[in-house]
Amino acid sequence: MAENRMTENEILLDVQNLKKYFDLGHGKSLHAVDDISFQIKRGETLGLVGESGCGKTTVGRTLVQLYEADAGKIIFRGRDIATMSRGQRKKEQLTKRMQMIFQDPYASLNPYFTVGEIIGEGLEIHKIGADKKERLDMVYELLDRVGLHKEHANRFPHEFSGGQRQRVGIARSLALNPEFIVCDEATSALDVSVQAQIINMLIDLRENMKLTYLVVAHDLSVVRYISDRVAVMYLGQLVEIGAVNEVYDHPMHPYTIGLLEAVPVADPDYEKNRKISMMKGEIFSPVNPRPGCRFASRCPYATEECSSITPQLRCMGGDHYTACHHPVG
Amino acid sequence: MSETTSSRKLDFTPVGENDRDAEQIIRPSTRYWPEVWKRLFRNKLAVLCLTIIGVIILCAIIMPFLSPYKFDEVNLLSSSLKPSADHFFGTDATGRDLWTRVWIGARASLLIGFLGALTPFIIGTVIGAVAGWYGGRIDMIIMRVCDIMLCIPSMIYMILILMVMGGSISSLVVAMAISGWMGSARGFRGRVLQFKNKEFTLAAKTQGASAARIIFRHILPNILGNIAVGLSGAVPGAIFMEAGMAYIGLGVTPPNISLGQLSTDGITYFMSASKFHLFLYPSLVISVMIFAFFMFGNSLRDALDPRLRDEEYNAKRMRKIKRVLRREARRPGKAVV
Amino acid sequence: MEHNNCLLDIKDLAVSFMTANGEVKAVRGIDFSLSKGETLAIVGESGCGKSVTVQTIMRLNQEPPAVIKNGSIRYTNPEKNIDVDITGLNNKQMQKYRGKEFSMIFQDAMTSLNPTSRVGRQICEAILKHTTLNYKEAKNLAVELLGKVGLPNPEAVFARYPHTMSGGQRQRVMIALALSCNPTVLFADEPTTALDVTIQSQILDLMNKLKKDREMGIIFITHNLGVVARMADRVAVMYAGQIIESGTLEEVFYQPKHPYTWGLLGSVPELKKKENSRLLSIPGTPPDLFAPPKGCSFAARCPHCMKACMQYEPERYQISDGHYAKCWLLDEECGKEVVPPVGRDLSVFKTKRKEI
Repeated sequence: MAENRMTENEILLDVQNLKKYFDLGHGKSLHAVDDISFQIKRGETLGLVGESGCGKTTVGRTLVQLYEADAGKIIFRGRDIATMSRGQRKKEQLTKRMQMIFQDPYASLNPYFTVGEIIGEGLEIHKIGADKKERLDMVYELLDRVGLHKEHANRFPHEFSGGQRQRVGIARSLALNPEFIVCDEATSALDVSVQAQIINMLIDLRENMKLTYLVVAHDLSVVRYISDRVAVMYLGQLVEIGAVNEVYDHPMHPYTIGLLEAVPVADPDYEKNRKISMMKGEIFSPVNPRPGCRFASRCPYATEECSSITPQLRCMGGDHYTACHHPVG
Repeated sequence: MSETTSSRKLDFTPVGENDRDAEQIIRPSTRYWPEVWKRLFRNKLAVLCLTIIGVIILCAIIMPFLSPYKFDEVNLLSSSLKPSADHFFGTDATGRDLWTRVWIGARASLLIGFLGALTPFIIGTVIGAVAGWYGGRIDMIIMRVCDIMLCIPSMIYMILILMVMGGSISSLVVAMAISGWMGSARGFRGRVLQFKNKEFTLAAKTQGASAARIIFRHILPNILGNIAVGLSGAVPGAIFMEAGMAYIGLGVTPPNISLGQLSTDGITYFMSASKFHLFLYPSLVISVMIFAFFMFGNSLRDALDPRLRDEEYNAKRMRKIKRVLRREARRPGKAVV
Repeated sequence: MEHNNCLLDIKDLAVSFMTANGEVKAVRGIDFSLSKGETLAIVGESGCGKSVTVQTIMRLNQEPPAVIKNGSIRYTNPEKNIDVDITGLNNKQMQKYRGKEFSMIFQDAMTSLNPTSRVGRQICEAILKHTTLNYKEAKNLAVELLGKVGLPNPEAVFARYPHTMSGGQRQRVMIALALSCNPTVLFADEPTTALDVTIQSQILDLMNKLKKDREMGIIFITHNLGVVARMADRVAVMYAGQIIESGTLEEVFYQPKHPYTWGLLGSVPELKKKENSRLLSIPGTPPDLFAPPKGCSFAARCPHCMKACMQYEPERYQISDGHYAKCWLLDEECGKEVVPPVGRDLSVFKTKRKEI
C-alpha cells in the first residue's frame, strides 16, 4: 500500500504484520491472526468481515491490548503500542483513546452494577470530573446521547432490553471521549429494527465526535452501511481489502464472492432467481496451517499453485488489494 | 376482543412522539440482595434459625455479666448442684456455675467458629485470586502446593500445630487457617477463571481498571452468594472441629473454656443421673447452635437461587390457575383471561 | 385455501408464563394455519412470542410456568385419520405426535444432540421408537438420511460424536434426525442463526430441496428477513405476542400494510446500498409482555400513532384473500392515506437487486 500512502499524520492506526498465535499445547498452535497489515485513517471506518473463527475478533482485541501481539507493529498516533510497557501505555492514555463495544449486550454489563455505575466506571478510574456529582452529570449526558433517560441510571442491566443494553455499552465506551473504537460485532446479537437503530447511532456518533471505527462483523450488509473501507479475513489472513463500493460491487477474491453470494437478501424476487451456493465445505480452524492459500480447499478455482504458494496482497487498481493467484474479474 | 367497533368511539387524531415513551421500563426496579433478603425472611425456618443464632450470640455476650457468679469461681459448698433458680444449669464438681460457664464457653466457640471460618477463607480467596488472575507459572505453583497440602489430612495439621502452639483460641484459628485455605483457594480460582474472560471483565479492562478492581469490584459481587453459603457452612464446621479437638484433649486449655471443652468434661457423667446436667446443657447449646447455622445456610442457598423461588411459587399458583381455567371453560362463550 | 390440505389450524391461541413477578403474556390471541407442502415463516424480534408459539404447538413448554390460557390448535392429517385439538392432550398422548407427526430443528444443534452418544445411534433410536423397523433397517435408513442431508461419507459420520463435528455438520445431523420419522410438520426455530453465512446458505438450500421432495408443512421461525425471502411461501409477522400482519411472501414484502412491517423491512441493511442512504429504524424497544399496553402494542413506537391506537387494540383487517393486518390505519373511518415510508423504495429495490 506504500505508493498510495497519505501523509503520515493522517493515519491514525497502522497495523504491520500483526501476528497472534494461541498455544494449544502438544505442539499445536492456533494461528488466529497470521501476518496482517492494514491502515485506518483518522475519521475513517474500516469494516473487518469474515466467518466465525477467522480471527477478526482477535484482531480487535489485540488492538485494544486485551491480548498481547506476538509479532508485528501496531502504530497508533505514530507510536508503536504493541511493544510498549504498561507504564508507557498508561502515559499515552491508551485506555482513554481506544475503546471497545462488545458483542453480547447481556454478558458485557456486570449484572451487579447499576447502569450509572457501568457508564461512570471509566470516569471514576481516571478521576475525570471534580466529584461524584459532576461525574453523575456526565453519565446523564452520555445516557441522553444514546437515547436513554436520566432515570435509567439507577436501574440494573437485566431490566433493559437487548438494544437498550447495547446502548449502555456504547455510552460506556464513549465516556472517556475516545478517538478510536473497536465495534466487535456490536449489532449481531440484536434484532433488525434495533440493529438499524444502533447502526444509525454509530454513524451519527462518528460524525459528531470525530470517531474512527474498526467494525468487526460477520454480517456483510451491516459492514457496508457503516464502513468506508472493508477488509475480508479468512483463517487469520486478509484476502481482500478496499473501498466498500469497490469490494462489494467488484469482488475479486473467490471467497469474497462466495460470501456475498451467500447472504440472504430480503427480496423474494431476488431469492427466487438465486443459484445454488457456489461455496462448498466449511471453514476449519487454523491450527498449524500448511503453506499455500488457506482457502484453496473450498475454492472452485483452485490450482496446484494455490496449495503450494501463499498468495500475497496485490494491488488490483486504486486501493483495492486481493490475495489470490487467480482473482476474478 | 369483546367490544365491537360500534360500541366505542374511535379517535383518529395523530399522537405526537412527545406524548409517548418508547423507552419506558414497566417492571419495578429490583435489586439482587434486597430480593434475596426478602426471600430469606419469607422462609420461616430461616427466620427461626436466625433468631436462635441471635439469641445464642446475645446470651454469650451479656449473660456472663448478668450472672452473679464468675465462670472460674470455685465454691466447694455448692458443688454438683442440680439446676435450680440459683444455678440455672446447676454446678460442677468444684461448685462453678454451669450457666455462666456455658455462655463463656459459647463465646469461645463462636469466636472460633467465625474466625476459624473467615481466616482460611480470606487467605484462600487472595491466593486463589492471584492464581486465577495471573495464571501461567504462578497458577501452576500455587495449585501444586494446594494439591500437596490437600493430600495430608487436616487432622494432622491441627494436631501438630496445637501441640506446638498449645491449646488456645488463637492457635486453633491458626491451625484451621493453615489446614483449610486450600479449599477456598481452589474454589475462588475457579470462579476467577470463569469470570476472567467474560465480556464485562474485558470491558472493565478496556476502561483501565486494575486487576484488584476487577477482582474485588466486578468478580467478587458475582460470587458473593456462593461465598455466603460456603461461609454459613464453614462456621458450624469450625465449631464442630473445636469440639472434636477438645475431645482428644487439644482444645482450649483450662482455665479457659469452650462449649466443646465443657461437653467433653461432661461426658464422664453421661451415665450419672445426678450429674447428667453437666453433659446435657453444654452439648445441647452446641448442638442447637450448629443445627441453626446449618439450616440457615441451607435457607440462604435457596434464597439465592431465584429459579427455586419461581418453581415453588408456581406449584402454589398453578392449582388455582387450573381451577379458574376449568371454571372458565365450563362457562358458555369464550374464556376471557 | 382447500380445507383438506390444512394441517394445522390455530385459533385465538394465548399462552402465558406464570412467574413470581406476575404473569407474562407471551402469546396473546393469534390465528394462523398451515397447509401441506407450505412453508410459513414467523418473523419477529426476540421476545415477540414466536418460539413460544411453536413450542406450544409441540407442547414443549414446561407447564407450569407456561399455561395455555385460550384458543385451539387443530391438527388434521386425513391420510392417517388424525383430527385432534392439541391443547387438550396430555404429555403422554402428545408423545405420539412428537417426532412422528411433528419434528423440530433448534437453533443450537449442540445442546439438542446428546453429547455422549454417537449421532447415528441417536437417529436410530428415534426411528426404532416410532416405526416397526429392526435395528439393521433403521441403521440403513439413518445412513441414507445422513447422505441425503449432504454429509460426505455418511457411514463414517454415523459413528461420530456430536462434539467432533462442526456447527454446520451438526445442524445437518439435526435435520436428518428431524426427518427420520417422516414428519408431516417440521418446525425450524432459527435453524441457521448460529451459523456463518456460507453454511447458512448451504443449509437453506438443503431445506428447500427437502421440502420439495417431501411435501412437508414447515413452520420456519426467524428474525432474518433475507432468510424469510428465501424460504417462505407465507409470512406471519409477530410483534409483542400477536400476529400483526400475515399474507403471502410477496404481499408482505411488496405490499406491507402494517407500520411495523414497514419499519422491519426498512431496517434491513442492503448489500446494494445507495449513496448516503440511511437505515430506517424503529425507535424505542418492544413492550414488556409482563404488562402489555392497553391499545395497539406497537403504538409507542409507531410513526403514525393515533389516539385510537393508544386506547383500543386494532382489529384484524382483511386486505385480500389471506392477507391480514392489525392496524387502525386500515379502518374505513380512519380515512388516512397509507403511505409506506420513503426510507426504502421497494420497486427500485426490486429491479436493482437482480444485478448482483
